[in-house]
Amino acid sequence: MSGTKKLGLRQRYEHMTRGLDWETTYQPMDKVFPYDQFEGIKIKDWSAWEDPFRLTMDAYWKFQAEKERKLYAVLDSFAQNNGQTGISDARYANVLKLFLTGVSPLEYAAHRGFAFTGRHLRGSGTRVACQMQSIDELRHVQTQIHTISHFNKYFDGLSEFPHMHDRVWYLSVPKSFFDDARTAGPFEFMIAVGFSFEYVLTNLLFVPFMSGAAYNGDMSTVTFGFSAQSDESRHMTLGIEVIKFLLEQHPDNLPIVQKWVDKWFWRGHRLLGIVAMMMDYMLPKKVMSWKEAWDIYFTEAGGALFQDLARYGLKMPKGAEIATAEAEHISHQNWCTFYQYTHAAPFHTWMPDNEHLDWLSEKYPNTFDKYYRPRWEQWAKMDKEGKRFYNGALVQLCQTCQIPMVYTEPGDPNTICFRETQHGGQRYHFCSDGCKDIFDNEPEKYIQAWMPVQQIFQGNCGGPTVPDVLNWYNLKFGVDNMDYAGSPDEALWNEWHADKVKAAS
Amino acid sequence: MSVQIKTINLEPKRHTFAHIARRFGEDKPASRYQEATYDVQATENFHYKPLWEPEFWQYDLGKTAVKMADWYKPMDPRQYYYATYNIARANMNQAVERNFTFVDDRGLLTKASGEAQAAIKHGLLPLRHLHWGSNMNMSEACHRGYGTAVTAPFMFSAMDHLGIAQIISRIGLVLDGQTGASLDEAKQSWLFDPMWQETRKLIEDTFVERDWFALFTAQALGVNGVLFAMYYKAMEPAWKDAGMPVSLISEFMTDWLTDESRWSDAVIKTVAAESEDNKALISGWAKNGIVRAVAAAKPLSAALLGDNGAAAEAAGAAALKKAAGLGLVI
Amino acid sequence: MSQLASITLMQNDDARPVIDSIIADNPGVKILTMPGAIKLDCEGKITVNRASVEERLGRPWNLQELHLVLISMAGNLDEDDDYFTLSWRH
Repeated sequence: MSGTKKLGLRQRYEHMTRGLDWETTYQPMDKVFPYDQFEGIKIKDWSAWEDPFRLTMDAYWKFQAEKERKLYAVLDSFAQNNGQTGISDARYANVLKLFLTGVSPLEYAAHRGFAFTGRHLRGSGTRVACQMQSIDELRHVQTQIHTISHFNKYFDGLSEFPHMHDRVWYLSVPKSFFDDARTAGPFEFMIAVGFSFEYVLTNLLFVPFMSGAAYNGDMSTVTFGFSAQSDESRHMTLGIEVIKFLLEQHPDNLPIVQKWVDKWFWRGHRLLGIVAMMMDYMLPKKVMSWKEAWDIYFTEAGGALFQDLARYGLKMPKGAEIATAEAEHISHQNWCTFYQYTHAAPFHTWMPDNEHLDWLSEKYPNTFDKYYRPRWEQWAKMDKEGKRFYNGALVQLCQTCQIPMVYTEPGDPNTICFRETQHGGQRYHFCSDGCKDIFDNEPEKYIQAWMPVQQIFQGNCGGPTVPDVLNWYNLKFGVDNMDYAGSPDEALWNEWHADKVKAAS
Repeated sequence: MSVQIKTINLEPKRHTFAHIARRFGEDKPASRYQEATYDVQATENFHYKPLWEPEFWQYDLGKTAVKMADWYKPMDPRQYYYATYNIARANMNQAVERNFTFVDDRGLLTKASGEAQAAIKHGLLPLRHLHWGSNMNMSEACHRGYGTAVTAPFMFSAMDHLGIAQIISRIGLVLDGQTGASLDEAKQSWLFDPMWQETRKLIEDTFVERDWFALFTAQALGVNGVLFAMYYKAMEPAWKDAGMPVSLISEFMTDWLTDESRWSDAVIKTVAAESEDNKALISGWAKNGIVRAVAAAKPLSAALLGDNGAAAEAAGAAALKKAAGLGLVI
Repeated sequence: MSQLASITLMQNDDARPVIDSIIADNPGVKILTMPGAIKLDCEGKITVNRASVEERLGRPWNLQELHLVLISMAGNLDEDDDYFTLSWRH
């Protein structure tokens, strides 16, 4: 035996990662790293970076390979056992439609974005952490596609996911969110995705989503979800390290970082409205309400976090109080919107039944009975009379988050909130002060946005009529869209279960 | 009483995603590699021009001079998606662990001659910086490239270079009794030793290459095809009596080189075959990359093998021959 | 204001010894059970001790194996060969 002692995790990692880089001399450093100055962030000493999760590649390959072997074993057995027939109800599949068209493409965008920061931030420790996150994000999009691939064989609305992500009106909400982060400078990307999204908000997306999958009998999705989350906790550590590092490096960084935190918190809050409606309306068996998830993961966990970051002078994101107040409304307002526009979206909607309405009343004692239950009861009545309510008008979208103007004034749930700004002789519209502020800080960026409704009016989306546009989306009318009742998904589900009943009798 | 078990209808409505069926021209089952790769990158209706490069969209065909009607033509013959990539590397790495234990237990490096140890310190350990530079290049290619078919393997390759840089670092740690002193010394060689300077200049020049396919070509055919090929195929005698343990530990790299070129050759071949213009562009990049890599490799092979640069010339000749086999005209 | 340090783990056999050791080593830990997951919260600080997990597992356990069962966490991370601590204390 040689006398070498075993290195500790920390030292081993430093030897094997730090010190790989060097100051270039044949090419100027500023040309090798051309993008890490223009945002105004000042870094005095990259070596002060604390490596989150000190994983060397050998350990990375080993653990990730083990996770993947386990995951794919579950996916294979789910497919072999036709696990899709054992989910709680076929309505559940609509959660996956939302996920694959709206979320998975963002994982991909994150993969490429972290390749950018993994190349272009100057500190080597930071870059390695970003690169690992880059391939992790590739993992997430690919395992999501593989998991949902089996559902795609049986359920509609999944098969055109990349095409739809690029074209469908409400999918420009998640897409523009990530395009915004991707086109920002490398430090803003890190605060937007690494900190605000991964650290502050990702739990709200994944934990309830995946617990929901488990509870609704989708063992393949829960497996990919929790397996992905184990990478996510590594990413969260990167996110919190980034913000601490920037704030410790120079006091001038604080106002820049604060502005980004404000912006990305608000943008993330708007984006997650879709998760809110998924939790409150779309899971046949419910895990917790959006409001409960918000209390645990934002009010409680976010509160602890910002209390900690207060020592750097960082404040709670602007809009946090409004967002918390909106947690009582957002899922209802979103599901109401999709219910009215069910003809234009590639997933199914349905009216909550009485048991579901009672659950919502119980979970939202301050708002549901007062503002939303009467609306559902009215629509149920209309539906019964054969006058199911559709909204045929094209609505105005917020120039920043691109959500239709459906949200209400803070403190006044009976009035739609409108804000506007003049810029370059044009008027721009917003759903909230948060979105208006974001625009006002960077108008040159947001005037470029590819606004789905304007694009339809300009004739860039296949034609002037709704059928033209749906055709351009590759949306099959009467198959991918409209109510669950009467859909081919429902017919197939009933067939499976009718046969099961027969087989058992 | 007879119990009749009726099987329920589980015939799939479709066998794969629509964008993949369109590529096949029919709805038939697709492989996991295909589903994880085809059309995964967004292609249109982007919202904002990047603040850092407003002349392009974040995904933009204009970031290289070569043109493809379909960037999903240069597929990966290894059919790597994240899971298969990681499982392949985890398997390769098991041998690394066994070999390190074998070498360490017998003191095969620490008991090697001073001459051999010095050669490793100055001639081999600095190579970890070349892998780190290659890691930067492949991350850049992933960041700037177009289409998941090529950009996903770019990132796998970046991680491979990092992993290899770490394997080389471990050789240093074995040599210096886990103090890291040998790595500090090796870095000085990388920065100042004349035999490394052409190599360092070469890789630093690639850092500022803006055309991502030119960058990839220079990396694959020049840096990998000449420098790494020479190191992992022809350098064993340079490590004197430590030649065997170094080769043992470098097994990962030899396997990686074969694996990597199987993919990079296929990509270059496919993209060059697309048009005469592509072929001319790539041929020029390849020639430049190989010539520069040979010039960089020469002082290393001369100093470490005492061969007056013959190993470098041989690696260059092999790279040129391979380039010709890929349809390039050099 | 309360500052909960938190760790969420999968509910499976691999995670069981980790969960048990957290409960034993962190007095006052609060447990939230969800389908497929368990969230463990502790005021200010929560720790996973390698020795404690090994005792329950009956074999050597590398702390990085935690990655295989970890779902989420809250707090500043301090990780070494022997412990994995999340805390809001400085």
